[in-house]
Amino acid sequence: MTVHPILAALRRHKAGVSLIVLQIALTLAIVCNAVFIIGQRIERLNRPTGIDESNLIKISQAWVGAPSGDDAASIEKLDALQRTDLDTLRSLPDVKEVAASESLPLSGIIWSSDISLSPEDKGLTAQSAYYYGDEHLRSTLGLHLIAGRDFNAGDILHHTIRSTDVSPVIIVAKPVADKLFPQGDALGKTVYLDGKKPSTIVGIVEQLQTPTTASWGNPFAYNSVLLPVRLDGTSASYAIRTRPGREQAVMHEARKALLAVNPMRIMPDAWGIQSFSDIRAKAYRADRGMAILMGTVCLILLGVTAAGIVGLTSFWVGQRHRQIGVRRALGARRIDILHYFQIENLMIAGIGVVLGVLLAVGLNLWLMAHYEMARIPLFYMTAAVLAMLALGQAAVFVPARRASNVPPVVATRAA
Amino acid sequence: MFGYYMDLALRSLRRNKVLTALMVLAIAVGIGASMTTLTVMHLLSGDPLPGKSGTLFYPQVDADPTNDYSHTDPLDVMDYRSAVDLWSAHRADRQALIVDSKLKVQAPEVNLPSLMEMMLSTTSDFFPMFDVPFQYGSGWSADDDEKHARVAVISADLNNKLFGGTNSVGRALRLRDTDVRIVGVLKPWRPSPQFYMVAGGRFANGQTDDFYTKPEDVFTPFTSGLEINDGNFWQFTCWHMPDTPGHLQNAPCVWIRLWVELGSAAKVADYRSFLAGYAAQQKALGRITHADNTRLRSLMQWLDLNHVVPSDVHLQTWLAFAFLAICLFNTVGLLLAKFLRRSGEIGVRRALGASRRAVFAQCLVEAGLIGLLGGIGGWLLTLIGLWLVRRQPTVYADMAYLDASMFFTTFVLAIMVSLLAGALPALRASRIAPALQLKTL
Repeated sequence: MTVHPILAALRRHKAGVSLIVLQIALTLAIVCNAVFIIGQRIERLNRPTGIDESNLIKISQAWVGAPSGDDAASIEKLDALQRTDLDTLRSLPDVKEVAASESLPLSGIIWSSDISLSPEDKGLTAQSAYYYGDEHLRSTLGLHLIAGRDFNAGDILHHTIRSTDVSPVIIVAKPVADKLFPQGDALGKTVYLDGKKPSTIVGIVEQLQTPTTASWGNPFAYNSVLLPVRLDGTSASYAIRTRPGREQAVMHEARKALLAVNPMRIMPDAWGIQSFSDIRAKAYRADRGMAILMGTVCLILLGVTAAGIVGLTSFWVGQRHRQIGVRRALGARRIDILHYFQIENLMIAGIGVVLGVLLAVGLNLWLMAHYEMARIPLFYMTAAVLAMLALGQAAVFVPARRASNVPPVVATRAA
Repeated sequence: MFGYYMDLALRSLRRNKVLTALMVLAIAVGIGASMTTLTVMHLLSGDPLPGKSGTLFYPQVDADPTNDYSHTDPLDVMDYRSAVDLWSAHRADRQALIVDSKLKVQAPEVNLPSLMEMMLSTTSDFFPMFDVPFQYGSGWSADDDEKHARVAVISADLNNKLFGGTNSVGRALRLRDTDVRIVGVLKPWRPSPQFYMVAGGRFANGQTDDFYTKPEDVFTPFTSGLEINDGNFWQFTCWHMPDTPGHLQNAPCVWIRLWVELGSAAKVADYRSFLAGYAAQQKALGRITHADNTRLRSLMQWLDLNHVVPSDVHLQTWLAFAFLAICLFNTVGLLLAKFLRRSGEIGVRRALGASRRAVFAQCLVEAGLIGLLGGIGGWLLTLIGLWLVRRQPTVYADMAYLDASMFFTTFVLAIMVSLLAGALPALRASRIAPALQLKTL
């Protein structure tokens, strides 16, 4: 089969052909970019936190009428309240471990500052997020210690967030160690938090995401530091590791037990007691929503484009009814007629995807200039091109088969 | 004639129901998607104080003496000293200092657990300056600011929560450990965005949803608020670590916003030179180093600079309009097929004396009718779309409703789109040569 008659026929339907070409090109450009955005969002929400996320609960609560001063008496009183809560939680059935834990990955509450090699805050620094907690923090979160030791009870300080005390020992995540000590000899070295007093690195954990998922946190997304400090304040947070599958039961029991110890506290359902899977779901709700929206839009777009191809090809089949009959009468087989429309569509879609790839690249460049977007990898482009060609073939099949069913006898009927 | 064209259009639409349904659906889906995002966009990018925003200005002084950043623009908010100096000079028609903080709120006479709420500490001009509506009572006076009065204004929400919506003026409220007297209760007030707190949008990389949160629930005089919640005020940023975090009056930190109302162009010019003069004077005193780096932006300029509309919303709007464009191409193709299939009929009409213009008009009426049907479908889809937006966990979800102007825009857009889609096919149809068609009949 030669393409010459197809080209000749297409030349007589310039308007219809260019409409389908444009529609395919635009659809390709948009679907390609949208799918890429979806891919990026999915990649984002699949990032590991570095902690063992199953069977983990976070409790955040505030005491009513607790002292709020920075004097020693107030601090001791607040610390006593907190230790009572920790003991209460520890005594619950199905609880494996409990830690004082100011923040967790994805929870959004972040304290961050620069860690440097000299007290003047000069030279090599690493912006890092602080995780305050006690000696149970690392093991409760299930962080993997790759060098050094864990905190012990003797390391633990307790003060308010406003205190200027600095803990003499810290555990850092590997990215912080690698940044400050590229030779890999971070263990036992001295660093300065906020350019103040020295702290010694006593342990290194493999991976720990910072608590924020906002884009300003991206440059230091895994720069985390564990500080052996039970933070005292009118509010306190705890992390609980439960026995497998007992999350819901522990959440229920923990609420009852804490209110029994001290009913004067604020611990609402919305953020008081949450399982880590809830925290994860909340942190990435917007990303998931955007991905679903983009996905739906893509599907509808593909549907609309396919419908457009079906509609216009059907029209052409109807218009060429007699010619098809004549061709059949002159010896063309059904398969020839079918192939004619399929090749015609392939040519139209071919022009469409070439134009579409150019548009997609242009759109991608524009998005990169205006929004946070990366360059679309070749893989996405190729996949989109193949998908569009396949869509064209699928859409053309029904009208093309109808065309191939036109009986040769049509040629003999009234002109 | 129009009636006859309508009749022809209806006949034609009924002849091929599948094709008609396909076209109406394509327009409806395109309109539904673009109107949903356009409504959200309209909601987020509008003027929060129409008619008033032109007189509101946001002064900035560059108080950071270090060279740690480029100083191309001053820091987004002000340090205590500069803000209070500028405010106490009273050089504008009205001026408001603003700082927010979180604290525990309880009504001592009401047996309800305490709440953690945001408190806005501001000066008396805040309420008249931003047209804040009152349900009961009123704001406090300048005298109350001066005297560090223990008074508060609460939101309608908080009033419903604590006092069941009754007039609570005169009743007591415990803010952290201090009892204050309620002097006013606001009507439901939901500016979009929460313009007076906007800052730092340039550094948010498009994640600006937080600019659309609800206003604070408790308002106290600036001076009183700083005392009541002392130790719990957090900086926007600092150039050195503050000595006593949470208490920032003398800290090398910026944390206070100042808004001024300037009624005329002359006053704006005056204030601008006053601001420059103040900075120069502070430089002479050795407190600041970048004296020429002052700004006085109007409310809308400030919102623009902060890119208040989240980039996801922008992206969705672009996507929706590209979507509409594809639906448009689709409709053009289908209409072309439909009109040209009727070449014979059109040829007869032309031969019987119909002018090209008449054929063109007839085709456009048909396209317009499809647009009207598509508009109705699009309106329903927009309602569904907005319902979906309201179910999203975004902070502005509660505001996503279709207003009258957007309702009309829906139909105008639908009919315009379909007329645009119909123009090319109608032109082609009107060019049909009657002789050729008559021959083939």
